[in-house]
Amino acid sequence: MFEITLGHYLAVAAILFTLGVFGIFLNRKNVIIILMSIELMLLAVNINLVAFSTHLGDLTGQVFAMFVLTVAAAEAAIGLAILVVYFRNRGSIAVEDINRLKG
Amino acid sequence: MILAGLAFYGFAFIAIASGMMVISARNPVHSVLFLILAFFNAAGLFVLMGAEFIAFILVIVYVGAVAVLFIFVVMMLDINFVEMRQGFLQYLPVGGLIGTVLLVELIFVVTSWAFSPESGGLLAAKTPALAEVNNTEALGRLLYTKYIYLFQGAGMILLLAMVGAIVLTLRERPGVRRQRIADQVGLRREDAVEVKDVPTGTGI
Repeated sequence: MFEITLGHYLAVAAILFTLGVFGIFLNRKNVIIILMSIELMLLAVNINLVAFSTHLGDLTGQVFAMFVLTVAAAEAAIGLAILVVYFRNRGSIAVEDINRLKG
Repeated sequence: MILAGLAFYGFAFIAIASGMMVISARNPVHSVLFLILAFFNAAGLFVLMGAEFIAFILVIVYVGAVAVLFIFVVMMLDINFVEMRQGFLQYLPVGGLIGTVLLVELIFVVTSWAFSPESGGLLAAKTPALAEVNNTEALGRLLYTKYIYLFQGAGMILLLAMVGAIVLTLRERPGVRRQRIADQVGLRREDAVEVKDVPTGTGI
């Protein structure tokens, strides 16, 4: 039981990823929580990449995890900027109100 | 070995529990704080795996930058979060169903596979022995040689994100007087000074 294998890490990552998907369903109205759920899912993906990388002895996975981190940071910055602009225009961030592109 | 196992279970349990709190907390500020806790514990898992550099990058970038950005935005926007939680229970069954199906599928995938015998020869970049090169140095050697173009591309993505965020949120508010250096420097004598010939005793 105390012998930690690759499967243990993959299980943790699977549970975290599921929590991220579940969070998107639960908080359908709140964009901020949805963004946080996406961060959770990206974290789970990173755990997967690093677990395989360290257990196989191949550094490429960790390099890839760094790129995922980069994209996640950029995504959070742009997403939150859009959120701030949207709140300034509409005074709300409810997902249902985001229908302005429908014309 | 037992200590490492206990540490794994501790980190994993706290990470999953705080992940649950992220999606179920009433107050979004609490959600962000639990997200930070989840990131810290994931960093602990990375250290256990032997990927120290990624662990510290996770703490520095996520906790130091992304999570603080989230806290800023959550506290800056004046939102009625109680109203936002309406429909929380309405989506619980379908969300729970999809989550359960996804988790079961993922568990099946995780538990039913094995490395092929020749997978050892397929490594793209073999990790050097830890006694010779530590994790950070090995990663740097790989990143600055084989993946240098991708590394530069990642930098461009970050620059793009920075410029994009500034362009999106910077605004000109009416009624605000601000110093415009370009206008001051570009001012010519003809625009600013007018010489009038005033006749004696009449005024303008």
